[in-house]
Amino acid sequence: MTEPTRPLPNFEESDTAPFWEGTMDRQLRFQRCNDCDTVIFHPRRHCVGCLGHDLIWHDASGQGTVYSYSIVRQSYHPFFRQHLPYVVAWVDLDEGPRLLSNVVGIEDPSSDVHCGMAVRVEWEPHGDYAIPLFRPL
Amino acid sequence: MSVQQRDAAIVGIHEFPSRDVEGELSPLHIKAQSASKALADAGLTWSDVDGIYDAGEGGASGLTIAEYFGLSPTVIDTTNVGGSSYQFHAAHARRAIAAGKAHVALLTYGSTAHSNVARIGTGGRGMGGYPADNLESFAGLTLIANYAMCARRHMFEFGTTSEQLAEISVATRCHAMRNPEAVRAMEDLEFLDIRETTVDDVVNSRMIADPLHLLECCMISDGGGAVVIAAPDVARDCRHKPVWILGTGEATKYPKGGADITSSAAVQSGPIGFGEAGVGPDEMDIAMIYDSFSITVLTILEDLGFCPKGEGGHWVEGGRLRFDQPSEGPALNTDGGGLSSNHPGMRGIFLLIEAARQLRGESTAQVEGAKLAVAHGNGGMLGSRHSAGTVVLGGD
Repeated sequence: MTEPTRPLPNFEESDTAPFWEGTMDRQLRFQRCNDCDTVIFHPRRHCVGCLGHDLIWHDASGQGTVYSYSIVRQSYHPFFRQHLPYVVAWVDLDEGPRLLSNVVGIEDPSSDVHCGMAVRVEWEPHGDYAIPLFRPL
Repeated sequence: MSVQQRDAAIVGIHEFPSRDVEGELSPLHIKAQSASKALADAGLTWSDVDGIYDAGEGGASGLTIAEYFGLSPTVIDTTNVGGSSYQFHAAHARRAIAAGKAHVALLTYGSTAHSNVARIGTGGRGMGGYPADNLESFAGLTLIANYAMCARRHMFEFGTTSEQLAEISVATRCHAMRNPEAVRAMEDLEFLDIRETTVDDVVNSRMIADPLHLLECCMISDGGGAVVIAAPDVARDCRHKPVWILGTGEATKYPKGGADITSSAAVQSGPIGFGEAGVGPDEMDIAMIYDSFSITVLTILEDLGFCPKGEGGHWVEGGRLRFDQPSEGPALNTDGGGLSSNHPGMRGIFLLIEAARQLRGESTAQVEGAKLAVAHGNGGMLGSRHSAGTVVLGGD
């Protein structure tokens, strides 16, 4: 029997494939419109700020802040139920995108996580690709 | 008060009574049974229906619904925006009726979420086919944790407390204990210690996803219902006094950098609905607000303008939302809500049904002389992508 894993991305999904390819080099990528500078996240083929289609991929620094979070204490997912309690968070990257991820590397989630906390990306390898998680700075 | 457009009215309602069909009925069965009883409630029959409104959840298309009911509708609308689909349907039905394209609209809902053991709040969210899912599902965000992040941010920005959020659970349970169907629901779903609750009960219940406790989370039941909406000339001849749809608003919201998750799409839909109705939130006798979780109600009360943003915690204190304190503000979810009566996954239709009961004078937690109600549905997930449907209703 194989060990349950967290849900892994579908690398064939065309809008997000370049994001996941970036993780092979441990780069956290996002798009910005070349015409109007709007940050696009999740990735798309068109700009939602203007009618342009000239979106440029940028590498984020990997630093951000926790916008909000919750400590999950009940889950029926075969992987996550083995990792209770764990922290899910919306992380605002310094460059603008907001990512959903986990905050890891903390002793006590009840006291060691808070809104506005500075975090940095930490990579969890899955083959060539990697999942972006976050750790307090 | 401006002149209200009384283009369409709720004339028939039915809430499917069982919350546990023990696997013996399908969602289509529940829809058809509810539809026939709502039509009977109105004094109408199948052949009067020329508009069908159904969220088509589970893959049943408008064509399937029409054939199953044996109808020949001239209007079909299968808008699905989650639990608020029925507020959208009511809005669309009113517009179709006002435009003369339909005279009798039938809204249906049926679900066997409980029988299916659907882990709606705590199950894993699989990687979906959409780009956003493909960037989010790895994090293991349960539905409850999604809403919990709204509560956490609300606490961070405004100092809102768990005790204040608990007031919402306490008020809805107070109403549920007066509704025999809600009490039976809690018995059938094996709730422990079924009684009126206190703030302490709520904050001492088990934490599911911080800061939301068990008693701040809705149940997962089977169930369904139907609503019949008719043109004024039809409504005048129905069995009950019409409940007029005075105004409607629709909106969506989704994640983006800098977005504020302490407010919802109700900020957009509320003023549209109240503006069209020519009345304000302070005039509402009844607030039927989608109570998937305590924080959903608190957020939407603020967004609809019952109180300023950030002050909802203080505003709900002291039992303000109870049906027997009508001078204090609107009575909240007088059927017992999703928290304590009925939540098969998409409970928006029950908001319309109980609002209509109140404006007919038929609720089990009746507010004496209730004249105005708002039914506000929230679909999808409050902390990420969601829809908002506001329907303002008035008695005859």
